[in-house]
Amino acid sequence: MDWSDSPEQANFRKEVRAFIQKELPERYRSGEDSGEELSGGWQADRKSEDPTKRDVAMAWADSLAKRGWIAPAWPKEYGGAGLTTIEQFIYNQEMAEAAAPMPGGMGVSMLGPTLIVHGTDEQKAEHLPKILSGEVAWAQGYSEPGAGSDLASLQTRAVRDGDEYVINGQKIWTSGGHLADWLFALVRTDAEAPKHRGISFVMMDIKSQGLSLRPLINMGWKHHFNETFFEDVRIPVKNRIGEENRGWYVGMTLLDFERSGIAGAISYKRGQGQIKKFLNTDEGKSFKRVDANMVRLELADRAIETEVLFNFAFRIVSIQNRGMVPNYEASVNKMFGSEVHQRLARSETKLWGLYGNVWDPKSKYAPMGAQHVQDYVGSVPHTIFSGSSEIQRNVIATRGLGLPRG
Amino acid sequence: MDLGLTETQELLKNAAREFLENECPEQHVRDMEEDEKGYSPVLWQQMAEQGWQGLLIPEAHGGAGFDFLDLSVLLEEFGRALVPGPFMSTVLGGAVPLMEIGSDAQQAEFLPKIASGDLIFTLALTEPSARFDESGVQAKATVSGNEVTFDGTKLFVSDANVADYMIVAGRSAKGVTLGIVATQQAGVTINQLQTIARDKQCEVVLKGAKGQLLGTDGGGWAALQPVLQKYTVAECAYMVGLSQMDFEIAVDYAKERVQFGRPIGSFQAIQHKCADMVTDVDGSRFIMYKAAWAISSGQPAADTQIAVNMAKAWCSEATRRVVAHGQQIHGGIGFTKDYKIQLFFRRQKRAELAFGDSDFHREAVAQQLGL
Repeated sequence: MDWSDSPEQANFRKEVRAFIQKELPERYRSGEDSGEELSGGWQADRKSEDPTKRDVAMAWADSLAKRGWIAPAWPKEYGGAGLTTIEQFIYNQEMAEAAAPMPGGMGVSMLGPTLIVHGTDEQKAEHLPKILSGEVAWAQGYSEPGAGSDLASLQTRAVRDGDEYVINGQKIWTSGGHLADWLFALVRTDAEAPKHRGISFVMMDIKSQGLSLRPLINMGWKHHFNETFFEDVRIPVKNRIGEENRGWYVGMTLLDFERSGIAGAISYKRGQGQIKKFLNTDEGKSFKRVDANMVRLELADRAIETEVLFNFAFRIVSIQNRGMVPNYEASVNKMFGSEVHQRLARSETKLWGLYGNVWDPKSKYAPMGAQHVQDYVGSVPHTIFSGSSEIQRNVIATRGLGLPRG
Repeated sequence: MDLGLTETQELLKNAAREFLENECPEQHVRDMEEDEKGYSPVLWQQMAEQGWQGLLIPEAHGGAGFDFLDLSVLLEEFGRALVPGPFMSTVLGGAVPLMEIGSDAQQAEFLPKIASGDLIFTLALTEPSARFDESGVQAKATVSGNEVTFDGTKLFVSDANVADYMIVAGRSAKGVTLGIVATQQAGVTINQLQTIARDKQCEVVLKGAKGQLLGTDGGGWAALQPVLQKYTVAECAYMVGLSQMDFEIAVDYAKERVQFGRPIGSFQAIQHKCADMVTDVDGSRFIMYKAAWAISSGQPAADTQIAVNMAKAWCSEATRRVVAHGQQIHGGIGFTKDYKIQLFFRRQKRAELAFGDSDFHREAVAQQLGL
């Protein structure tokens, strides 16, 4: 058991750190927001009206691309860096420490790996380079109003018509769809087959005729999600990845990505450090509730939980580095991490008493730019998306512990 | 960076598990609850032959020269098997302080006999105030050359009833001072307490009890810090093993127990408890090993201290949640004396309280974080 870097790992860490120090544009150096928020920031910059912002976004993407670091986990032959899982981990750790935006998005994390494993040469040639250059951003169309945790019950229909599929139905929770250029989706191609066996994996231009997006404003009044509607959307059959009706299994494809989720723990720890700093300023003292003593032990607990979360992340990458595939451990990370996130936001908001309900980040009455109350609201979806806490516990119990399915 | 065991640690763990499954079965644990001594001298000698009492002790003094991280691996197995007896008292409370601050002569006198299983030690630290801080040490220590005389009452002293020697903490004019005190002398009176874990914690009344000075006059509290760190993490390791086994028993039971025509483990209400149990057990294991690693690899003092406090704060509560779920999953059978799960439940509480519970260590964490 060893929590320190090997000499090779330490060298690689130094290399990544030096790169970030040299190349990260000033605009992304606040080091204050979570990586996730800034990623959104990068995605928005890429599509900004302001050419300066667009240039900054593309300059950062270009610097990364030169090293294959847009898609560090992809094999070199496809334009990635072919990093080992432990190198990916160090890369992700350092990027998160610097709160540097990761331009890849869904194209790098989901579509690319699926194409690499199941795509035709033509599909790979068409799509992979545009993901790497930042030219095309991808959105995911999986969930439907009637298919959430039970995703395989999805009903969006794709009916074959010659060389085309005609798609009708609706997707929901399309993250960043309004900033994306293309969409990959699971659609039903056989309504009679058992539910997992009648699904196909398809790609489409998000500006396809008949495809429309509607913003789904969240409870924090932010536009992150969309509803996506398909009315006789026609796409070429060659936009299907893998065999017809095998889409469920195509969608389950995982490349050898590191899956520690280390960025969460890093951003929670950074946030705790920032609070400590702020509380030592005059402004911080003016906001701190007089009975803050009631909250300090709660905050100590959150720090301890963050440490536990770090270890869960280290465990995942240790398993992967030994050439094994994490089983229930990945579900533990997702469940525990999202629940810590919510508790943390709650405890941190508590620190400010009544000021904890000021939402406007620019208000003079908003401690630390209202980030904690915003996080209190913003963390609500985290125990729900990507497999709710309840689904994760089911997975841990059945797949991990071998308990009989209900 | 790797959170797996080394090959040596795997061997140690497997050997310990096999040995303890054979030599320390449930019936032995039960027998020792009602035994006056609380341990089996035969098993004690067998453990010495395995090299366990001397695991940390340098080879020059008859030990195996392993490090503290290795010992933590062994102690996890001790927790799993609920091994009764004075092992931790002797190793953490005796061998460790002797190794930290014992003179060459003291090390040569005592360490080989600890390694060989010929001596039992314990640490007499706490008093009726039940405090773990420096001001908790109020027993009087009177130093005269290399001799120290103690007067006062030490309380919650594990295994004093069978110990040959105690490392006693008292207070001289210069501050906290330690001594190596033989239990067999007129000035020492030992009374056993009945405790939740039916282990052997004692009241030790010292009236002119004499011993060798250990370390310097007044230097005792500083000298105790690395001892307390290790003992605290050792209790965490014990809780990790204990809660792992409790969890495994509960999951097995959930697979077998049928109600409403199906195993109760097929109900989500039970499944989700089991998922929380494995999360707490795993979380405990890694935060404990992180602290053990920090100690073993000599990480910076501040990092090591907070790692120890975080480990005990977390393990004390997380393993309590685990054993509580273990009871609930078992339903009625679980709270009978005859069924094994309660053995874990009761022992978890002892370890939770030992060397500071969650509240104590959480406060220490808060202070170090500047909260």
